[in-house]
Amino acid sequence: MVKYIIKRVISCIITMWAVATITFLLMHAVPGGPFEKEKKIPPEIKKQIEARYNLDKPLWWQYQDYFKHLLKGDFGPSYRYIGRSVNDLIEEGFPVSAQLGGVSVILSLLFGIPFGIISALNQGKWQDNFVMFLATIGITIPSFVLATLLLYFLSFKLGIFPSMRWGTAKHYVLPAIALAATPTAFVSRLTRSSLLDVIRQDYVRTAKAKGIPDKIVVYKHALKNAVIPVITYLGPLVAGILTGSFVIEKIFSIPGMGRQFVESITNRDYTTILGLTIFDSFLLVSFNLLVDILYVVFDPRIKLDN
Amino acid sequence: MKRKKLFICLTLILTIALATTLFAGCGNKSASNANQTLIYNLGTDSETIDPALNEAVDGATVIVNAFEGLTRIGDDNNVKPGVAEKWEISSDGTIYTFYLRKDAKWSDGKPVTAKDFEFAWKRALDPKLAASYAFFLTDNIKNAQEYYKGEAQWEDVGIKVKDDYTIEVTLKVPTAFFLQLVAMPIYMPLRQDALEKGGEQWTQSGETYIGNGPFKMVKWTHNDSMEWIKNENYWDAKNVKLSKMTWVMVNEASSALPSWEKGEIDIIESVPPAEAPRLIKEKKLQIIPEIGTYYLYFNTKKAPLNDVRVRKALALAINRQSIKEAVLKTGQIAAYAQVPYGIKESDGKTDFREKAGDLFKEDVNLAKQLLAEAGFPDGKGFPEMTYLYNTNESHKKIAEMIQDMWKKNLGINIKLANQEWKVFQKTRQNGQFDIARGGWIADYVDPMTFLDMFMSDNSFNDGKYTNAQYDALLKEAKVTIDLAKRDQLMHDAEKIIIDEMGICPIYFYVSNMCIQPWIKGVYKTPLATVYFDHAYVDESVKK
Repeated sequence: MVKYIIKRVISCIITMWAVATITFLLMHAVPGGPFEKEKKIPPEIKKQIEARYNLDKPLWWQYQDYFKHLLKGDFGPSYRYIGRSVNDLIEEGFPVSAQLGGVSVILSLLFGIPFGIISALNQGKWQDNFVMFLATIGITIPSFVLATLLLYFLSFKLGIFPSMRWGTAKHYVLPAIALAATPTAFVSRLTRSSLLDVIRQDYVRTAKAKGIPDKIVVYKHALKNAVIPVITYLGPLVAGILTGSFVIEKIFSIPGMGRQFVESITNRDYTTILGLTIFDSFLLVSFNLLVDILYVVFDPRIKLDN
Repeated sequence: MKRKKLFICLTLILTIALATTLFAGCGNKSASNANQTLIYNLGTDSETIDPALNEAVDGATVIVNAFEGLTRIGDDNNVKPGVAEKWEISSDGTIYTFYLRKDAKWSDGKPVTAKDFEFAWKRALDPKLAASYAFFLTDNIKNAQEYYKGEAQWEDVGIKVKDDYTIEVTLKVPTAFFLQLVAMPIYMPLRQDALEKGGEQWTQSGETYIGNGPFKMVKWTHNDSMEWIKNENYWDAKNVKLSKMTWVMVNEASSALPSWEKGEIDIIESVPPAEAPRLIKEKKLQIIPEIGTYYLYFNTKKAPLNDVRVRKALALAINRQSIKEAVLKTGQIAAYAQVPYGIKESDGKTDFREKAGDLFKEDVNLAKQLLAEAGFPDGKGFPEMTYLYNTNESHKKIAEMIQDMWKKNLGINIKLANQEWKVFQKTRQNGQFDIARGGWIADYVDPMTFLDMFMSDNSFNDGKYTNAQYDALLKEAKVTIDLAKRDQLMHDAEKIIIDEMGICPIYFYVSNMCIQPWIKGVYKTPLATVYFDHAYVDESVKK
């Protein structure tokens, strides 16, 4: 296992390096730089701005310089927000996005798995139809529509929840629901279909034949195998949701990282684009690794050392 | 068993991690209930609030409330004394002597002196700072450009501190709007010790963000809010009524408007266009002239757009009123000239635009006739051209309407193409377009800013319009001391460019504001910066 993890960590580092390099090249290939604005400035001033951020140096120099700083954990200064570094942006934005994302992940597991179980155990009955109906709605309605509806009714009409600013527990409710809807629906569908698969398998039948009560068969024997697809889905979901949703953050004015990510691209804020991409890919590869380790816990047949 | 332990461990770690991050964010924000307070939506997190580095309107609003220049823009749009209580201008219009008031103080009580201005201006001219708006100094002040390039010493620059309360500025050429320029953020004084203490982050904390304006910024929570208190040391503090302000940063207009209607925010500036007609009808939306023009660039180097008759035909065949009614719903004004409303002539009273009036009229028949004369009767044989705009819903709607009008009125087909903003700018600068949208919002209130950008050698002139007479008139206007004559020269130049449709004006911008009825005295300039120094809460209305 240790050997496996070491191997994976190395491949993760290579993946991240590749992501960073490709992003670096793509970003510079797109027309328009961070300091090219509609208001044209005299050439001598433009020259100074470029010199200040080393944009006048050859691309390979900028590349090696960036990675030199990166190895020290320094993502560089933001080109857009003067006096703030990309590390600052992550330190400010990530906790907010991660808290909100964390709540949403918990919500989607807390509701998604039980719904999936109810649905599977009552296959074809009204409970199943009802849950699947909700799940279909959850998957098809985009989060911004749900967010707008929630905002309109629960905030503007009834005034139960705040519509702007950030900070108190009340602020989490609406965005977390909007963010959790799709994953909840997805998790319940995954749980349902994989549980249906598992309960038809021989070992479950054997367990039932031995006279073990249904509840124990489902919760102790079947469910453990049935959640494997959910865990697979969980890796990228957690990484994606923790780094923030642009749309939700914009609608609810949440000072998170998702907004910074999208805005950095339109602003050609090179260091922020790179920094956030690398951070994002770090989370993604870490969670994928974590998921792979979790497989062993849930399914003894999986061996990591192969 | 081992696996079970590992599983439990992992679950625990995950739960703890999520729980700690969750509760870390649950701190309560207490609100005080002092009466003279308001909540304003700044709309966005400022890129910078450093007076030398700011280029944005939101940043300027922060700066004009936290700082004060030698002059300031008053609620009637005219220049008022700021830190300078009076000034003298030499007879040739190139030397300005400013006399500073002795009671001007920084927010920590120290006096504001001429040295603070010198420090700020020298910093703005430091090539290492790389301030893009440094050209407001290099273009105007004697030897400033040479100093910036390293070709002159600081002693040679036309900025002289005579004593603690006198500063003398020598200009390259007489500049009629210089008193306006010194009210701009880049000309504001700075406190050397605060900047040295705060380093690159001096703007980030209220401790080092020391200003000399009516208010003091005490806390900046990025992407969320800014907290302000009254600056008790401001020289005119007795006339500042607000004791506290909170500026929030809700950038989605559709979220901000309901919050305003619920009374959670006192002032918002942008509203969703779909809601605007209702708000105007209910008298909730204020329309404030903003000094900006939306226009089309014709690529004058490309046939058939190099033909004046073709350009005129295209310009005359657009129905601007119907664009205004269908797309622009927040009070914009159809433009029949390049210089917008809201700019005063040298007498300080006459509006430049009102005096000259409209410079052309839409006329479909004349447009058809001109097009026929140019060799394209009923649009026959007219090459297929592309109208380029940057990706945006309202630019798209305008483009579609114009495309339709040209098709119906002139029988010509135009393709539409859109590009992402930065790509679009590059394409337009490189002249790789036939027709492209453009827009310009002024940095200072003077007709020149709308005219000199289309001089032959100006880097802004993406349509490559050239007219020797136009250039000559503006060159003369730039150096003339007789201000009435200067106005006339600019009127003449504007007539030329509009007569030849060197650019094709579509509409004049406006800015908006929704203010709760109990908030009085908030002032928004035509440059869209918002001043709060005379704002107050009218308790009688609130009850």
